[in-house]
Amino acid sequence: MWRYLLPGGIFALLVAVFAVGLFRDPGYVPSPLIGKPAPEFSLPRLDDPQKNLQRQDLLGKTSLVNVWATWCTGCRQEHETLLTLAREGGVPIFGINWKDDPVLARQWLQQLGNPYAAVGVDEEGVTAIDWGVYGAPETFLVGPDGTVLYKHIAPMTLAVWRDEFMPRIAAARSGISP
Amino acid sequence: MRRPVTFLLTAMLLLAMQPASAIAPEESLADPVQQAAYEHLTNEVRCLVCQNQTIADSTAPLAVDLRREIRRLLEAGQSEEQVKTFLLERYGDFVLYRPRWQTNTAMLWLAPGLLLLIGAAALWRIISRRTSLPIPTEDGDPPSGT
Repeated sequence: MWRYLLPGGIFALLVAVFAVGLFRDPGYVPSPLIGKPAPEFSLPRLDDPQKNLQRQDLLGKTSLVNVWATWCTGCRQEHETLLTLAREGGVPIFGINWKDDPVLARQWLQQLGNPYAAVGVDEEGVTAIDWGVYGAPETFLVGPDGTVLYKHIAPMTLAVWRDEFMPRIAAARSGISP
Repeated sequence: MRRPVTFLLTAMLLLAMQPASAIAPEESLADPVQQAAYEHLTNEVRCLVCQNQTIADSTAPLAVDLRREIRRLLEAGQSEEQVKTFLLERYGDFVLYRPRWQTNTAMLWLAPGLLLLIGAAALWRIISRRTSLPIPTEDGDPPSGT
């Protein structure tokens, strides 16, 4: 009996492990920041380098932090969605312009529309490292107390907004963590 | 007359066969201990953009940034462990090719040893069972009358 059950069982177990592994995205790296306070940062603003965008600006309300660049095709893809969210999403969107040319970035916003409450310029990529950014676009959901609630890596879509962001925003508003 | 030409061509070919290095060599850190730590660390850290390369191998912009940050931290007097913690806090366990010993990595570290033990146990069982079998005679029948 065991002679057949044991190898059969081991085989079934291996098949299950491989099947799960096959459908997981190896490019997805879960962020250790979720549930932790957002990192401190202070970046010169894209519209006015004399002013800064800093962590304090995020506090007091639920907000999105979107990491983008003009060289990033996924950012072009999600831009319409961000514009829609800026109008109808009910949360401010803060941008971190990552390893980009500020001149091109300003042009981009002029031509395509500006969904951001403010954009900080991170030319060196130092703030991006503090946020654990490895590929734009990345969008963080930050709670009113400055806690990182969620991170989405890939272009933002309305489906992702509805399924992943809206429930968490509602939970943050009612004071229950999801 | 042909010989020097052949020699020259061979020499040129051989010179062209220098091993190519992936990254333009950076200026080494002033402190040789820090430089050793830097070289060791950059070969242990995964480049998250090109995931099967270390940040020492990669020319991805993020790898360049991470190397610069690691140099900065080492020059500021941080230890290798502190730099690793810095990276883990930002990018998670996946960033280290040799993950730390934790509850969720225990299986990863123990599995090879466990599998070896299971294999050894199975082998031992089979051998001990076979040695206790009667030895067949030349014509293939077990000896009778014992």
